[in-house]
Amino acid sequence: MLRFVKHHLESILGIEIYPIISFLIFFLFFITVLIYLIKLDKKHIQKLKNIPFE
Amino acid sequence: MEHSSKNLEKFEYDNAIVRNFLIATVVFGVIGMLVGLLIAFQLVFPELNFGVPITTFGRLRPLHTNAVIFAFVGNGIFAGVYYSLQRLLKTRMYSDTLSKIHFWGWQLIILSAAITLPLGYTTSKEYAELEWPIDIAITLIWVVFGWNMFGTILKRRVEHLYVAIWFYIATFVTVAMLHIVNSFEFPVAFLKSYSWYAGVQDALVQWWYGHNAVAFFLTTPYLGLMYYFVPKAAERPVYSYKLSIIHFWALIFIYIWAGPHHLLYSALPDWAQSLGAVFSVMLIAPSWGGMLNGLLTLRGCWDKVKLEPILKFMVVALTGYGMATFEGPLLSLKNVNAISHFTDWTIAHVHIGGLAWNGFLTFGMLYWLVPRMWRTPLYSKKLADFHFWIGTLGIIFYAIPMYWAGFTQSFMWKEFTEEGFLKYPNFLETVTVLKNLYLMRGIGGAMYFIGVIVMVYNLVKTAYAGNFLSNESAEAPALIRFQEEKQEYWHKWIEKRPVQMLVLSLILVAIGGIIEFVPTFLIKSNVPTISSVKPYTPLELEGRDIYIREGCYVCHSQMIRPFRSETERYGEYSKAGEFVYDHPFLWGSKRTGPDLAREGTMKLRKPNAWHFTHMLDPRLTSPNSIMPPYPWLIDNDLDVSSTGKKIQAMRTLGVPYPEGYENEAVKDLMKQAKEIADDLKNQNITVSPEKEIIALIAYLQRLGVDISLEKKQVLK
Repeated sequence: MLRFVKHHLESILGIEIYPIISFLIFFLFFITVLIYLIKLDKKHIQKLKNIPFE
Repeated sequence: MEHSSKNLEKFEYDNAIVRNFLIATVVFGVIGMLVGLLIAFQLVFPELNFGVPITTFGRLRPLHTNAVIFAFVGNGIFAGVYYSLQRLLKTRMYSDTLSKIHFWGWQLIILSAAITLPLGYTTSKEYAELEWPIDIAITLIWVVFGWNMFGTILKRRVEHLYVAIWFYIATFVTVAMLHIVNSFEFPVAFLKSYSWYAGVQDALVQWWYGHNAVAFFLTTPYLGLMYYFVPKAAERPVYSYKLSIIHFWALIFIYIWAGPHHLLYSALPDWAQSLGAVFSVMLIAPSWGGMLNGLLTLRGCWDKVKLEPILKFMVVALTGYGMATFEGPLLSLKNVNAISHFTDWTIAHVHIGGLAWNGFLTFGMLYWLVPRMWRTPLYSKKLADFHFWIGTLGIIFYAIPMYWAGFTQSFMWKEFTEEGFLKYPNFLETVTVLKNLYLMRGIGGAMYFIGVIVMVYNLVKTAYAGNFLSNESAEAPALIRFQEEKQEYWHKWIEKRPVQMLVLSLILVAIGGIIEFVPTFLIKSNVPTISSVKPYTPLELEGRDIYIREGCYVCHSQMIRPFRSETERYGEYSKAGEFVYDHPFLWGSKRTGPDLAREGTMKLRKPNAWHFTHMLDPRLTSPNSIMPPYPWLIDNDLDVSSTGKKIQAMRTLGVPYPEGYENEAVKDLMKQAKEIADDLKNQNITVSPEKEIIALIAYLQRLGVDISLEKKQVLK
């Protein structure tokens, strides 16, 4: 089974673009998190913060 | 979310399971650290190896690491998770039966590790030494843990999942992935297997695992515990919840990529090394974000920290976390790694993380939990304070000599005379000089251990004075339904949906994991095959298994880095193509003794008689050596009953032994053994060719020979 996976990975065409794609995913993901954080409602944050004390 | 006051439900928290894990963490903490103390002193007084197999350094060191990581820290994680999860979700654990299976299953795994490792049953892959039946058991018990945790999350009475739980989810899913991928092995007997991967591939998979075991077993679950227990102990909410969100996603995403920093300057492709280094440096940001979030939670209550040992433990734990996570990226820089790798610097680094971050956070948690669960004040705050101070001093006394030893060792290895020769050509000189530092480290460890014993006394006294509450009554309104909010942002959405959280976490860690595996799988086409590299002979293969059994790789590397100081000392640097038949790879991670990659070649080759005497007692050939003696290798008969099976297994894994060779193997083995025994006889050493020592000598004499043959071919 493993050999099957191995051979397919070895023969991926244009594998060079792989790291570039992953970097793009990476940065887009973090920009999304940042935008979300900037827009986040303060009341909601206070509520979440206090969960351990409820 | 809508709650109804009429709908207040009564339920009970399960404290008994927390208590069980808590006792286990204390018991195994004591045992694991005691073994650590013994092996620390073995490096100063080799007599402490006691001349018997089960107590030698090479077998006890994996026992120490496994005990402190999986038994001490592991049970600590489960105690903290089972306590906090129930309270954060306002519900009892999903199933008491699953809790019990999880607890007893985990303890049985630890017990089997404690038996098999000293007996020499090991895969040789660091922190994954346990053999295949135990690996399967770990997988099953881990699934039980996840099942129980998710069942609990799904029947919760609160809408949102607190950040600690995200860390628990990421821990569960990533450890499962790491363990399964790294444990692909081919069984040849009940407790013997060969890694599915070979050489460079095996090394990359192993350090992807090894690095992320630190990330997802020693770090993320403890960060979850930190986000619960630090605010609880400080009686104020976490400093910044926004920061904790960034901390979580950044940490799990970046950590998984950084594994190749364990293999800098090795035979791994350069781009994979650089990728590992870049992500390691990026890791500083989320790690320090998390540390500062923990420390700043204590803002405005530093006066309390002065009086409360629990908070003191937590402050030192967070500081240790900060130090270790600053040092980690530093060690990933190639120029720093060139100095630190293979030296005691690594040992210092991991113990700052282990002793301060994991150790002290566990102690803080224990001092907080025991009085609450036994419903009585702590027996003695003074003793807890004493524990804190002797523990902190212990860490300092441990770390400073190890840093010193690391630098000393590295600079001595690299120093040349004006004439251009190695200043310390005899490796032993660079070892004996460290003995006093090793002694001081042992004393530091002993101080830390005394603190732990004092804690045990304090906690036992507290428990005896109190009254344990197995089932703690609680009440909370039932969760009626999720209220869909207009314009709900994705994160608010996911905070309420544990299964989606699990899937997203898995995707994130899998992306990093897959990217790291690309070089692994491309390696076959990237690495020029070296025509003179041939499979081991049956005798050498058996010798290699003895090398693995005795844990020789714990102190001896087989990886010559491309530095002049190393090629002068050991010969030509190691090439990826040399290891294509090595299931598992044996590069090692520490040079307490010299590298052995070229031990059988002209420059380093020694007579068979030298190896025989050296194994009988290393101090006969190398005065002041700290290596343990291995007299049983001379007495034990070599077990050839599974030699044929081993050849067959290797062929299945891709080693080109001819079809049917398994039937010839033992005959060839005996022929080669007789040649070595005859040679020893000429040197006035009479030993039967059937003894284990002969196989080990054959293996050692083979190391590095293939590549020197290639040179000869080129010259011809």
